[in-house]
Amino acid sequence: MVSLSWHAPATLAAMLFIIGLIGLLARRSLIFVLMSIEIMLNAAGLLFITAGMRWGNPQGQIMFIFVINLAGAELALGLILLLRLRNRLTTLDGDAANRLRDVQA
Amino acid sequence: MNHLLWLVPASPLMGATILGLCGTMLPARAAAIIGTASVGIAAFIAILIGLHWYAAAPPSHILIQHLWTWLTLPGLTVDISLYLDPVALLMMLVITIIGTLIHLFSTAYMAGEAGYSRYFAYLNLFVAAMLLLILASDLLVLFVGWEGVGVCSYLLVGFWFQDAANGYAARKSFIVTRIADIAMLAGILLLAVKLGTLSIQPMLARATELWPHGGAWPTLAAGLLLIGGLGKSAQFPFQTWLPDAMAGPTPVSALIHAATMVTAGVYLVVRLHVLYLLAPDVLLAISIGAGITILLAALAALVQSDIKRVLAYSTISQIGYMFLALGVGAWSAGMFHFLTHAVFKALLFLSAGAIAMRLDHEQDIFKMGGLRTSLPLAFWSFLIGAASLAAVPIISAGSFSKEMILGAVWFAPGIGPGLWAAGLLGALITATYSFRVVFLVFFGPAHTPVTGRSGAPIAVPLVLLAAGSLLIGWLETPSFLGGDRLVMTLLHPVLGSPAPRSALAILVEAAGYIVPLLGIAIAYTLYRNGHWQRVAAAEPGALRRLLRTGFGFDALYEALLVRPFMALVRALRHDPVDHVVTLISAATLQLHHTLRRSQIGQIRRYAAWLMAGSIATIALLVFA
Repeated sequence: MVSLSWHAPATLAAMLFIIGLIGLLARRSLIFVLMSIEIMLNAAGLLFITAGMRWGNPQGQIMFIFVINLAGAELALGLILLLRLRNRLTTLDGDAANRLRDVQA
Repeated sequence: MNHLLWLVPASPLMGATILGLCGTMLPARAAAIIGTASVGIAAFIAILIGLHWYAAAPPSHILIQHLWTWLTLPGLTVDISLYLDPVALLMMLVITIIGTLIHLFSTAYMAGEAGYSRYFAYLNLFVAAMLLLILASDLLVLFVGWEGVGVCSYLLVGFWFQDAANGYAARKSFIVTRIADIAMLAGILLLAVKLGTLSIQPMLARATELWPHGGAWPTLAAGLLLIGGLGKSAQFPFQTWLPDAMAGPTPVSALIHAATMVTAGVYLVVRLHVLYLLAPDVLLAISIGAGITILLAALAALVQSDIKRVLAYSTISQIGYMFLALGVGAWSAGMFHFLTHAVFKALLFLSAGAIAMRLDHEQDIFKMGGLRTSLPLAFWSFLIGAASLAAVPIISAGSFSKEMILGAVWFAPGIGPGLWAAGLLGALITATYSFRVVFLVFFGPAHTPVTGRSGAPIAVPLVLLAAGSLLIGWLETPSFLGGDRLVMTLLHPVLGSPAPRSALAILVEAAGYIVPLLGIAIAYTLYRNGHWQRVAAAEPGALRRLLRTGFGFDALYEALLVRPFMALVRALRHDPVDHVVTLISAATLQLHHTLRRSQIGQIRRYAAWLMAGSIATIALLVFA
């Protein structure tokens, strides 16, 4: 068994998280925002697995399964909201949805 | 008869209540009858008690009538009870009898005025409060009466309140005396704390028991109470309110601002003279202040042109003589001068009122003149009053009492002769200014036509008071006129007897008799050569203006006290403390406006803040 240092996957997780974060902050399109969130979630999942490897604990992998499930459910809801927004505002720009009240009102 | 003592203050109080509650529904005649009769009943009972006293004085010359207990606190009980001793008896007789005469005079003087019943309600209330003041056995009850007379004085000075100047005069008299009353209240509280009782006789007994002669506590307590007395009696440095208080109706000036209320300070000192004997420094201050007051007020009276202002300054000066007597421990002489002064000053004011009634309320002495023939009754009564004020020897009451004071002052140790000289100089000026008024008003050509007529309500008080001014001095005569000692004998159980006089007193007496005649001669000479009239017509010089304004104390107090106070009032008008609270709310509002700008509904901005917050939290956990 190849003994892998935990540093490399942890660094990769941090980089993925930052990439996701920058995507979340920089992109206007809600599609990309959702994708960025997925990247950040995967970064978190990777960190769980890394931590499990570091301490020889399988619970990290169990948590990853949970995160994947959660991400799937969250994405389903997110896409529904996105479609609703698309129907209403005819745009995918998240900044356009900055009003609490109805636009037509 | 003695058990009816409570009726003496209660009867005027009842009159005031009836007139105050339903005075406007009563016809003027009924209001006059109720007002006068309620005081008349009090006078009647007072006279009966006095006669009873003369026949058989109660044991140890004290009559106490306990009415009820006002309040009971741990360590302090205040009873409302009436305490009658010879001093209070003398005061009670003077107040009720002169009060009745002045009420009678007022029925005619105030006829046809708006607020006729209101006037009598106030005047009755005043008499009730004054009687409560002198009959109180407890200092706190005395203070109630003290403030009561102050309120009535305020109401009556401002009786014609439609004129703003009268309202100002009323406020001035009230506020100046209030300032003095604060010191008095402090003195009363000090006595309550230190001696544990305010009931006057036990309190005085404890004071002599606990406090050494000349100690700090008796000096402080006596000094604080004295300030209250000086304020009420319009003595230096509180004398400024009395001349302005002449804005009230003339009978009010006669009763409140000459005969009774303004002598309350004298009464207070006499009532507490045991305490004052423990404080020789305060007594010295009293006599020096009295000397200053006598001369200041007499000089100011010399140049006034309003007849009532002359009388007001003369009142200040004459009360100065009373305080002079108190300062040297001649309590009975002070009380005797109070008695004669009450009679002749009431007479002078009522005469001035009788004159003003017939001259369409003219009060300027230079616009009168020649009234000797047209108003003979007013002339004779004013002449008798002025003679008494000037202390014309033998024939006037004022000379007997003033002689007694000057004689006592001469023998005072230390500064006695100096004070005596001040008193003598004051007597000279007094004679001059009182006869200046007599000559200018009653002699020479007439300037204002006389109208109307005076009835019995005017004549009866004038005649009775004039008779009193001539005769009342014979109650107490110097040795070469029989040596009657009726007042001294009456007051002896409370105040003790004055020291016997030595041989030098003859010269002192002689000076006291000659000086008033000299003063009258000066007044006559200056009248004959037209000096008074000339000076009045000419442009007044600096000295004259200074004297006319009573040595400019009004301007001094205006600059020193009133203006800074009004500046403070203006500063406080917009409530600076409130600004602190307003500032807090404004800061919160500003913060709200600032933070609201962050709530723009942009998801990315929120995410950025979320991120920043998380990083800050982690940094805090890692590095702290």
